[in-house]
Amino acid sequence: MSRQLILSRRTLIRTGVVGTGGLLLSGCDKLFENPAFRSALESGEDLHKASQRALGRNALAREFSAGDMSPVFRANGSREGAGEEYRRHLAQGFANWSLKVDGLVERPLAIPLTALRQLPQRKQITRHDCVEGWSAIGQWQGPRLAQVLDLARLKPEAQYIVFHCADFYRGRPYYESIDLVDAFHPQTILAWQMNGRPLEQQHGAPLRLRVEKQLGYKHAKFVTRIEARASLDGLYGGKGGYWEDQGAYAWYAGI
Amino acid sequence: MGKLESPERAQGGDLVRRHRLSTRLWHWINAVTLLVMLMSGLMIFNAHPRLYWGEYGANFDRPWLKIGTLQNTRTGEYSGFLQVGDARVDTTGVLGLWEDGDGRQQRYAFPSWVTIPSRYSLAGARIWHLAFAWVLALGLLAYLLWSLVNGHLRRDIHITRREWSPRHLWQDVKQHARLRFPKGAAALRYNALQKLAYAGVLFGLLPLMIVTGLAMSPGTDAWAPIVTELFGGRQSARSVHFICAFLLVAFFVVHIVMVVLAGPINELRSMITGRYRLPKEKGQ
Repeated sequence: MSRQLILSRRTLIRTGVVGTGGLLLSGCDKLFENPAFRSALESGEDLHKASQRALGRNALAREFSAGDMSPVFRANGSREGAGEEYRRHLAQGFANWSLKVDGLVERPLAIPLTALRQLPQRKQITRHDCVEGWSAIGQWQGPRLAQVLDLARLKPEAQYIVFHCADFYRGRPYYESIDLVDAFHPQTILAWQMNGRPLEQQHGAPLRLRVEKQLGYKHAKFVTRIEARASLDGLYGGKGGYWEDQGAYAWYAGI
Repeated sequence: MGKLESPERAQGGDLVRRHRLSTRLWHWINAVTLLVMLMSGLMIFNAHPRLYWGEYGANFDRPWLKIGTLQNTRTGEYSGFLQVGDARVDTTGVLGLWEDGDGRQQRYAFPSWVTIPSRYSLAGARIWHLAFAWVLALGLLAYLLWSLVNGHLRRDIHITRREWSPRHLWQDVKQHARLRFPKGAAALRYNALQKLAYAGVLFGLLPLMIVTGLAMSPGTDAWAPIVTELFGGRQSARSVHFICAFLLVAFFVVHIVMVVLAGPINELRSMITGRYRLPKEKGQ
């Protein structure tokens, strides 16, 4: 009798603990499906952007010395560009490749890679922070994005710079976007060189965006076309980037 | 409900005012916030279940802590493990290899019953974690400022010189170990160990959680690099963030055990309504 009682009490406690935990968890999951609650949580992103812009709009990301660099820089996301055209350019060492700049610009451009290499260059050793939590330090070189945008002359209504890429991730084209504050930041460059060598395919050859104060998924690889836009509406899912549209990742990835 | 005795004249058995509204409010907001932060944090950890020291650290670098899944080359069987330094512990069923609610085998580090969201989602966990981070930081700031103004810190948390003496601390440790809790009006005051625990959380662990969290943000690192440098790099800050989280879990466990031992109904009531019945003194 007493043994039975103990057992049932133990079962009761266990059921209670597991049950409470389960309720709590499914409650959190349910709550997250509520649009009002979810958008309240997601408004944290606006706070991050506002506070970081208020405190460090023009701050430079830390730069490191050659001795601080990662021995091996991990490649993530797409390791290969997609399509016949990309493979042809890759085989030719991108000798006949050019970057398109269009959208809300006075002078749409097609800039050959050789021309990008001849623009004034910025070289920086920075830390790449992935949203997953890992970091790698590497050296990047290329012209500032601001120089390219100035050549194309942005129209006054341009608010966002969109990067269209030559890679497909899980069957969909990759793209990213930043606003003009980040686009004209002195460390925002179009890197064609990494660790002193032309960009490897796995790191986004021939051209990769570096937007140093944000997380890795903003640093679009395989950039083929830069488009100036007034709004992100109508760009694929409308949230401004592949991961923003596919996985609810924050557009402002400074944290 | 009986008349409230003023603390100066209170004796064992009396109902007295114990916790201020600000303390009670912050306590419960914090309880929810810390739980959400911990569980969403464990999900974020699942995206890269390895910790490093220094500025950088990724798959090619050596982690000091790792949770993962192994396959036995002979039997083909999988197992989960936790590795710290060179020591490896089998954690099959809990970490690295576990069964979800539908009976399917999963290989993420932390299992679904301790993560928010319960199903793998780094993006979802970040939305929870980074929104509640504001509640934690602003809540702590408001509470500390208010407690400074209303004298809570000076009166209740401040550790006096006498209490710092090794002999006094040892006395407190012995009393705690024997589960001898103060009776009567003495129960109104925190003893040295309690003060140390609460001060350690208020001025140590919680601020460290916030600062190491900020140290991981590439945006913050740009305008306040000293924060990241202070910890010896971003990956070190991430490790300290993780360690402090588990020290907070340890605090929580001890806290709950003490509440249960000291009389859970009375203690809970004092943190909800603010009223606390003083334990009866011997011979009373």
